[in-house]
Amino acid sequence: MHKTKFLDHVILLCGVFLMMAPVVVAFMTSTHDAVAVHLHGLQVTWGGHFTDTYKEVLTKKGGFTGEVTGARMVMNSFILGVGFAVGKVILSMMAAYAIVYFRFRLGVVFFWMIFTTLLLPLEVRILPSYEVMTKLGLVNTYTGLIVPLLASATGTFYFRQFFKSVPDELLEAARIDGAGPFKFFFDILVPLSKTMIAAIFIIMFVYGWNQYLWPMLMTNEEGFYTLVRGIKQILLVWVGSQIPEYNQAFALAILAMLPPVLIVVIFQSWFIKGLTESDK
Amino acid sequence: MAQVTIENVSKTYSGDMRAVNSVSIDIADGEFIVLVGPSGCGKSTLLRMVAGLETITEGSIRIGDRVVNDVEPAERDIAMVFQNYALYPHMSVRQNLAYGLKNRGTPKPEIEKRVADAAAILEIGSYLDRKPRQLSGGQRQRVAMGRAIVREPAAFLFDEPLSNLDAKLRVQMRGEIKQLQKRLGTTALYVTHDQLEAMTMADRIVVLNSGRIEQIGTPLEVYRRPESAFVASFIGSPAMNLIPAHGESGNLRVGDHVVAMTNGHAVPESQITFGVRAEDIRLRGEGEDADMELTIDYVEELGAGRLVHGRIGGAKLAVSLPSGEPLSDRLDLVLDRDRLHIFDHATGRRVRPETETAG
Ligand SMILES: Nc1ncnc2c1ncn2[C@@H]1O[C@H](COP(=O)(O)OP(=O)(O)OP(=O)(O)O)[C@@H](O)[C@H]1O
Ligand SMILES: [Mg+2]
Repeated sequence: MHKTKFLDHVILLCGVFLMMAPVVVAFMTSTHDAVAVHLHGLQVTWGGHFTDTYKEVLTKKGGFTGEVTGARMVMNSFILGVGFAVGKVILSMMAAYAIVYFRFRLGVVFFWMIFTTLLLPLEVRILPSYEVMTKLGLVNTYTGLIVPLLASATGTFYFRQFFKSVPDELLEAARIDGAGPFKFFFDILVPLSKTMIAAIFIIMFVYGWNQYLWPMLMTNEEGFYTLVRGIKQILLVWVGSQIPEYNQAFALAILAMLPPVLIVVIFQSWFIKGLTESDK
Repeated sequence: MAQVTIENVSKTYSGDMRAVNSVSIDIADGEFIVLVGPSGCGKSTLLRMVAGLETITEGSIRIGDRVVNDVEPAERDIAMVFQNYALYPHMSVRQNLAYGLKNRGTPKPEIEKRVADAAAILEIGSYLDRKPRQLSGGQRQRVAMGRAIVREPAAFLFDEPLSNLDAKLRVQMRGEIKQLQKRLGTTALYVTHDQLEAMTMADRIVVLNSGRIEQIGTPLEVYRRPESAFVASFIGSPAMNLIPAHGESGNLRVGDHVVAMTNGHAVPESQITFGVRAEDIRLRGEGEDADMELTIDYVEELGAGRLVHGRIGGAKLAVSLPSGEPLSDRLDLVLDRDRLHIFDHATGRRVRPETETAG
């Protein structure tokens, strides 16, 4: 018994080491100055240039136009992440509401249409999507960045499952209490779905934040660059003929990682609640 | 407060599944009607048609003077108590009670007053600010009742509201609901599959079987004069003994025994089912002739009395006897002639006695 326990811990520790080591190295390296990194490679000790590096990364203007800062990219990433998550939650909740609670003509057909979008992720339909966005003149806009990503079925499915688990009697009681479709949705379903909404928001925020391919296509003005998409671009320019600023590259990578991690850590309990139990 | 009239109402679900078949009930103002029947007989369906949660395939339902067939549930002036209470989980007890009134645009002070009144009547005042999940089953039941009475509806509809409670609480709530309904004088339609609930609560019982009404009557009428073998077997505990027999020159022949019918209830010369309740059978007294001889299988001691299970010929029979004296393996029994029920063997309908003599 004791032996297995010890072994369990060894395995877990190995796992933690594998997952965390690269992050720690990246972070430590980012606290050294560029020269040290260039001369001695990756670092595992504290370098003491933490504030310098991060301040520079966030505020120094870079890019071809010399206009985009790290802070600006962080903001863009947030707009994409939050906009995507919020839009997704609203859209998928409404779609699920329609599917679960209304018997409408061709309802089943619509359901399966939404279902098939699961088989068509953005990467598959990226060219037509891009074409449409160009025609609409939405290249280099937040709208163009966010809207095409919204149409997919995952959120709808989570909410559909959840709504189906809400007892029918609740709807009936609400009908007797004089609640129409709008009231039932806002007074009953939305409050009941709180944890579910939180969970989906988190998943979708992280997903949106980490988008790479789509922002790459949709934005060529540097003012719209997201962090994930901008790291490489900015570095190319900064590097120039001088010593490559690897410390700054690492700092940006850490910055790009931080918000999703924070959000998951902070909302962890809600997240688990939303996916496992329900407040019924 | 209003009368509720159900007229030739039928419900057909997709296909030709007839859940409710041409049912008519006249419910007087302030009356407590209990719909009772086995699982799947259409009780809930009928109730839900009155509530407006289910469409009516044929017939009409009137609440007060108004035909409500096409009226929304909220506008029917009814309140419903569900089996699982269906309280809104995210709202406090107070909000649960107030929600329906708020939606109707009742002024705030009026809402507060009604909620306070209902809370006082049901003694739920001390947990008005709790959420339903912080309440016990019995307390939730009260809140569900409260949600019904704040609306001051024309009729209460109950769908097995007590079946999630433990036995003791069920008995208590049974009494409370009945009292409350009498006090408020609100017409009530109550669904249950528990015949005891039906007997104890109803002004009149409606016995349903496969979507049809078997019998409507006061609890005593239904108990003493069941219109069919089905009602006889369903109402009363233990269930009425139903034994295949046939008539023989006006007397009753059960296996080897002949029960002489002396009081004019001549039995028709055909295959019949005869019914007798356990308490209408007694041991043979001194100098009496026994009607039949029972071979005892087992005895249930109930405290106040005992229930003896055995068989005559091939048929099972339960007899209710006073406790105390030891029993031999065989008992000589006498049937109470005035309380024998004769049902048609094929249709199960009552044949004799045609009039109420068992009083
Ligand atoms: N939505 C539906 N679609 C098809 N058939 C239904 C539907 N609802 C009920 N039924 C059928 O109608 C019949 C009556 O159902 P109902 O719910 O009224 O029974 P009940 O008497 O309330 O039974 P229980 O005591 O089990 O609640 C059943 O045979 C049931 O299978
Ligand atoms: Mg039912």
